[in-house]
Amino acid sequence: MNVAPRLTGLAGDKASPTLLELDRVSISYPTSDGILTAVEDVSFRISAGERLVLLGPSGCGKSTLLRAVGGFLKPSAGEVRMNGRRIGAPGPDRMTVFQEFDQLLPWRTVLGNVRYALERGRALSRRDAEQIARRWLERVGLKNFVDAFPHTLSGGMKQRVAIARAFALEPALLLMDEPFAALDALTRRQMQDELLRLCEETGNTALFVTHGIDEAIRVGTRILALTPHPGRLAATFDVPPETRARGTAGFGELERRIQETVFSAPEIGHV
Amino acid sequence: MSDIGAPKLVRAPALRRALAGTPWRRFIILAGFALVWELYARWLDNGLLLPTLGATLSALWSAILSGELPNRALTSLRVLITGYALGVVIAAVLTTFAALSRWGNEALGLLTSMFNPLPAIALLPIALLWFGVGTPSLIFVIVHSVLWPVALACYGGFLAVPPTLRMAGRNLGLSGGRFVAEILVPAAFPQILSGLRMGWAFAWRTLIAAELVFGVSARSGGIGWFIYTNRAQLETASVFAGLLTVILIGLLVEGVIFRTLTRITVQRWGQVQT
Ligand SMILES: Nc1ncnc2c1ncn2[C@@H]1O[C@H](COP(=O)(O)OP(=O)(O)OP(=O)(O)O)[C@@H](O)[C@H]1O
Ligand SMILES: [Mg+2]
Repeated sequence: MNVAPRLTGLAGDKASPTLLELDRVSISYPTSDGILTAVEDVSFRISAGERLVLLGPSGCGKSTLLRAVGGFLKPSAGEVRMNGRRIGAPGPDRMTVFQEFDQLLPWRTVLGNVRYALERGRALSRRDAEQIARRWLERVGLKNFVDAFPHTLSGGMKQRVAIARAFALEPALLLMDEPFAALDALTRRQMQDELLRLCEETGNTALFVTHGIDEAIRVGTRILALTPHPGRLAATFDVPPETRARGTAGFGELERRIQETVFSAPEIGHV
Repeated sequence: MSDIGAPKLVRAPALRRALAGTPWRRFIILAGFALVWELYARWLDNGLLLPTLGATLSALWSAILSGELPNRALTSLRVLITGYALGVVIAAVLTTFAALSRWGNEALGLLTSMFNPLPAIALLPIALLWFGVGTPSLIFVIVHSVLWPVALACYGGFLAVPPTLRMAGRNLGLSGGRFVAEILVPAAFPQILSGLRMGWAFAWRTLIAAELVFGVSARSGGIGWFIYTNRAQLETASVFAGLLTVILIGLLVEGVIFRTLTRITVQRWGQVQT
């Protein structure tokens, strides 16, 4: 842990090339009462292979930051660069898994959703797209539901489809905005474990947003904590692999440290 | 990830399935209505004001057999479908522009608020002036009656598309016409469908009214003309037969075409409750 006056969240591992770089990014929303600064002066880098977690209380601008990286929002100051190039429009190289369940196209089946994304996002032929889509749906445990329409699925299953769709597109950077926040605690734990497995198997680089400390430790390799209103970097924590398993001494110790540093009142930000 | 098992389904009992549908209820309501009509007309005993259901049906039957009514209906339908299709296409183009640009957005908002409240029939004099008596005038007023409600419904539907779904579409790199056609249109389909339905009802109404107003070219007149001439000859049963035809065609389109469309699209996709 290092709490410095000007935090930059630089990657510890200098050997891997930088994939994404946020350079003093501020983001504000115009509202009827004036300009609301959601994120102020945030800088960090993500190296290839890393899983960076943005951790912070509700309303601190995590989703806002993720949307700027996705290209859905323009920063009011600073720059977001991917492979050294400034991010313009959204693109399939930054597939996003959103928190909301309505991110699937309701008029396509489970298979249709993933296949369509592959046809459009990776310009694959229908046959190739279908093959890859089936493989990924099988990997997330949905091979019995390929022909179901999204509205017949449970929330957890919908998120599995969204995860399969995102992984299938083989994005350079996977963006996830609290994909499990609306699930019950048991399902959430299971999904965290399964997501971790997929990430480790594919070696995907990811930017993950959450307000749960345990979730951050479970899925991340590095954690950036944000302050509330407006969001600024507060601290950064490296998560060693041996700490990642729930119930170990390291896990609890790190959880306690983050709790102390970031959240003054106990239990805030805890799911 | 571990496989999730397929859900087990049990078939509902046959009687429950048969009673679940709406047709039999509708049939009973319809039969009750027919009975009231017949009894009241007999009690009134004035065929000039209100013919009995029996007399109306026999007038309908003979008009069908003579080929006059089917011909008239076909003429009306041909004009109706032409005008309807044209109106829907123009509405689609307008709303696409509105969805893609600020200028288009403002233009559509202004145009619909100006023209939507204007009854199509009020444009008939202008239409007659511009296009003369005949089909083009009819098509003009039908296009007007379809265009604005459909455009309004489509656009309202586009605005109601959840932001997450929009972002999911743009995430795949979609933009422009493709984004509208492959994301916005299917996402807004419940509203678009009800707009199309409303447009169909407006068009039908406008057409019959227009035909009644300028019942002129007898050879090529539609159902409105059929109603008009029979009223002039005090053939009230035939007038009712004409009205019944208008209703039956309306029911057929609603009950077969729109219902099927709803069932295979928005109902299947879970966008409306069954
Ligand atoms: N479209 C918008 N217009 C105006 N203000 C917004 C908009 N979206 C977010 N905000 C504001 O920006 C701030 C950050 O919002 P954001 O959604 O990024 O928070 P978050 O950290 O993702 O919170 P949560 O954990 O609840 O999802 C909040 O104060 C919110 O009110
Ligand atoms: Mg959020």
